[in-house]
Amino acid sequence: MAESMVSIDGVHMVFNQGGADEVTALSGIDLEIAPGDFVSLIGPSGCGKSTLLRLIGDLLSPTSGTVTVNGKPASRARLDRDYAMVFQQATLLEWRKVIRNVELPLEIMGMDPRARRAKAREMLDLVELGGFADHYPWQLSGGMQQRVAIARALSFDPALLLMDEPFGALDEMTRERLQMELMRIWQRTGKTIVFVTHSIPEAVFLSTRVVVMSPRPGRIVETIDIDLPRPRTFDTREDPRFFELLTQVREALRGVEVEVP
Amino acid sequence: MQDQVAIARPLPGPALRPPIANLRKGFAFLLVLACVVAAWEGYKLMAGATGGRVPFTDVALPVRGDDKSMPHVWDILAALFSPRQRGSDELLFPFLLKNALFTWREAATGFLGGSTLGFLLGVAFARSKLLERGLMPYVVISQTVPLIAIAPMVVIWGSAVGWPAWVSVSLIAAYLTFFPVTINTLRGLLSPPATATELMRSYAATPSQMLWKLQVPAALPYVFTALKVSATASVIGAIIGELPAGLNEGLGRSLLTFSYYYISGPEKLYGAILVSALLGIAFVGLVSGVERLVVRRGGAGG
Repeated sequence: MAESMVSIDGVHMVFNQGGADEVTALSGIDLEIAPGDFVSLIGPSGCGKSTLLRLIGDLLSPTSGTVTVNGKPASRARLDRDYAMVFQQATLLEWRKVIRNVELPLEIMGMDPRARRAKAREMLDLVELGGFADHYPWQLSGGMQQRVAIARALSFDPALLLMDEPFGALDEMTRERLQMELMRIWQRTGKTIVFVTHSIPEAVFLSTRVVVMSPRPGRIVETIDIDLPRPRTFDTREDPRFFELLTQVREALRGVEVEVP
Repeated sequence: MQDQVAIARPLPGPALRPPIANLRKGFAFLLVLACVVAAWEGYKLMAGATGGRVPFTDVALPVRGDDKSMPHVWDILAALFSPRQRGSDELLFPFLLKNALFTWREAATGFLGGSTLGFLLGVAFARSKLLERGLMPYVVISQTVPLIAIAPMVVIWGSAVGWPAWVSVSLIAAYLTFFPVTINTLRGLLSPPATATELMRSYAATPSQMLWKLQVPAALPYVFTALKVSATASVIGAIIGELPAGLNEGLGRSLLTFSYYYISGPEKLYGAILVSALLGIAFVGLVSGVERLVVRRGGAGG
């Protein structure tokens, strides 16, 4: 097998070290993510799943341990633009039209205006928002905004997508539609995706692997391979195996939640 | 960045809405104006009826309502369209407008210089906490020193250096201008949510890209709020600066002159005050116009 897309080795993360409010967010994390994998990180609030995502993205640095992305230190990978981030809030720049939001990373990378405009149009078509290029973000619904954020993330063709509860703020129906869309895009582009969520069905439906985490300090409790057939469709959610896997993840999480007072 | 999870809203009809909105705004302005005039004249009427006392008491009114203290609105308007002094063939209103233009040039020069300085300080403070901690107290202190103390000093220093008096006046206007711009620029530059900053970092954006593509466009609404405050402040600064500067032109000079003759013709002073207010309104209107062009288009390198 090719080398890992993401390799996390003995990572500890302590905030405010030495202070009265010292918090150990992550403890002894080891995780390998292969190219093309769709890995979900799931766990209760405070288990450090978002922190782990930011460590992969070099938006935070670990207290100890190493994070390797695409065969290089995470800091190098960030400078090489090997990954793109999608947040729970679409984080579109409100003063830019949709198309100019999609162009933003390309603009920062210095691509010439005509090429980046063409690329941005192509990406908007991919998320089926080609007709909204000249709208402003506030004119779009939450789900549409999030699709623009995905188009923006894909625009510079990064090898890795880091998604922090991207559908967390959406209603259930929009959420399921976007899950299907993400599946389609993932299969078409062959990206590696690390996906933070606290929805069990979402994690099982989307992933090749679900990583279950526990809080205080954040640790990996269990890694569950999801062997549901692909492509996944609306019928997948009614597959008996889907329910078995849901139960398995739920059981793993239950072991975790006993500690909550 | 608000309205992130908003439902799609219909586009505002650009062809239809603004004229109606403008009409409504104009109507509201006139309505308030009518109320102010009615209150003014009503107060005079009341004071005349009670002999300068609060109705049904023995307490004297704060302002006597006689024609010397509070001339009739129509007398003020009539004065604006009468000769500015006995024997002159120049009417008061054009005379005041000419002086307002002179004052506006001083104010606008100071406004441009002061806002530029204010913006740069805001950027510097946003970049460096150390700089902010070190300099901000002095910026605040500078605004607590009374302008009446500063203005004559600036004029004296200016004449010692040998530059024209209007430069000193512009400096005083700038002095009043920069502070709100600094505070609001700083606030605006730090306004983007943490995720927006993380997004830019994930693209490996340089500090200057972070500034020009994220922070400055996000700060523009804040900056323009400050600029509107500063526009009026620069007019006040220029008027006050003109008093010790010994200029023969400008609204400050007109106000001073007409206040000498207040007893014989209070209408002229009120006329000068009215024109000063008009100048402030016009300047703020100009800034608002620029704001509409810049912020709606989402320009500014964004």
